[in-house]
Amino acid sequence: MTKKVKDEILHDHNQDGIDRRGFLKCMAWAGTGALCVMQGGVLKSYGLSRLSDLGASAAAAGELSFVQISDSHMGFSKPANPDVAGTLKAAVDKINGLSNAPEFLLHTGDISHLSKPEEFDTVDQILKATGKEVFFVPGEHDVLNDDGAQFRERYGKGAKGAGWYSFEKKGVHFIGLVNVMNLKAGGLGTLGHEQLEWLEDDVKHLKSSTPIVVFAHIPLWTVYPEWGWGTEDSAQALAYLKKFGSVTVLNGHIHQTMQKVEGNVTFHTAASTAFPQPQPGKADSPGPMKVPAEQLRSILGITDVNYVRGQQALAVVDSSLA
Amino acid sequence: MSAAREHRATNSTDKNRKEIRIMRRRVWILVLAAPIVLAAAQLVRDSRGFTASAAKAPTSGAEVKIDNFSFGPTALTVAAGTTVTWTNRDDIPHTVVSEDKVFKSKVLDTDEKFSFVFTKPGTYGYFCSVHPKMTGKVVVQ
Repeated sequence: MTKKVKDEILHDHNQDGIDRRGFLKCMAWAGTGALCVMQGGVLKSYGLSRLSDLGASAAAAGELSFVQISDSHMGFSKPANPDVAGTLKAAVDKINGLSNAPEFLLHTGDISHLSKPEEFDTVDQILKATGKEVFFVPGEHDVLNDDGAQFRERYGKGAKGAGWYSFEKKGVHFIGLVNVMNLKAGGLGTLGHEQLEWLEDDVKHLKSSTPIVVFAHIPLWTVYPEWGWGTEDSAQALAYLKKFGSVTVLNGHIHQTMQKVEGNVTFHTAASTAFPQPQPGKADSPGPMKVPAEQLRSILGITDVNYVRGQQALAVVDSSLA
Repeated sequence: MSAAREHRATNSTDKNRKEIRIMRRRVWILVLAAPIVLAAAQLVRDSRGFTASAAKAPTSGAEVKIDNFSFGPTALTVAAGTTVTWTNRDDIPHTVVSEDKVFKSKVLDTDEKFSFVFTKPGTYGYFCSVHPKMTGKVVVQ
C-alpha cells in the first residue's frame, strides 16, 4: 500500500521534518460507526462496536460528543449483506446504548444505494429511533439520475450550492462538504471552484484556536487514486485550514477505517454500516467483499482510536481505553 | 406600414387612398404567408432527414460488459448504425456517460442494460459517472 499511496495533498504543516513515511498509518476493519469526543479541542474517535467493552468512563469526559456513521447503502441486497437495514438498526442500538449520549449524528454519505425515495425513507425511519439530529453530506449513490435534487430537497435545506454548509456546536466549527458532483472521466472526487471559494470565506473569520471538523463522503486525502479514492482539489481546501491548530477530517466511501495524521490534520475514514470493501489494491476492484454471513458482523467489529494534540503530530491508535 | 400611414397623411386624394389599401393588403398577405412558407420548408427538410436516418437503420449489435469496475472491451470498434448495449454484471450500480454528452444512461443496477445507436463515425469516449476511473471508448467507422 505505501508504494501506491500518493500523498501529494498532504503537507508537513509543522516543518518538523517528518515525511509521509513517518506518519502513522493504520488500517483496520471497523464497526458500525464511530463515537467522536472533543476533549480540550482535540477529537478522539472510538469504534462503536467496541464501546461496550470500554465501560462508562471511556467517553465520559469531553466538551462534545457525536457519532459518525457512513455508507448505509439502503437498498443493497447482494451477498455480503442482504440485510443492510438490520445492520443499520444494530448501529442505532449501539448509539442508543451509549452511556454518554452523543449530541448529534453525522452521516458521511451513501445513505441510499440507488437514490430511491423509499431507500432514503427507510434510513430516516431507522435513524429516527436515535432521537438525535442528523447532519448529512451526499455520497455518489445519493445523487444518481437527478444531480442531487432529491438529496438537497431532503437534507440540504439552507445549504449552499450542491449541499455544503457549516455549523457550530459548543465552540467547534463543523463543515460539511460535497465532493461527489460533476465527476470527470478518469478523475477523483471534486469540490469545485465555487465550493472552495465558499470554504475560504467560511473559515477566514474564525480564530485559529477554533477546533475544525470537516466531513465529506470521498476521502479528502489520496488513499488510492487507482480506485478513485481521493479528491482532486482537496489540497486547496486543506490550505484554507492550515492556520487552525486542530483539524479533523471525517470521510466514508471506502468502507473501512483508515487514519492518517499530518501535522494539525487528522484524517479518518469510517466503516460502512452495510458491507466491507477490500483494502486498496488487495482485489481486482473495489467491489463488495463477500464474507460468510456469520462472519459479517465480526468483520465489522474492530475499533481504533486516534488522538492528535496541539501542533504536534501525535497519535494513539487502537487504544483499548479499558 | 408606418410608411404607408405617413403617405396617406400627406396625400389625401381618393386615388392615393385606394393605393394605400392595396399596399396594406399586400403587406398583410406577406406577414400571414411567411410562417406558412417557412413551416412547409421545415416539413420538407424534416421528412428528408427522417428518410435518411431510416435508411441507416441499425445493421448490427455489439455488447459491452461491465464487470469488476471495468468496461469490456475497453475500446470497441463498430460500423456506423450499430447498436451498442452495455450490461452491468457488477453488484454495484454503474452508469454509461459520454464525455461529450452524446449519450447518458440512467443508473444501471445489476443486470440492467443500456443501448445506444451510433449513426455517425467518430470516437466516443465514455465513463461511469459514479466511478469515474472507469472509462471506455467506442470507435464508429
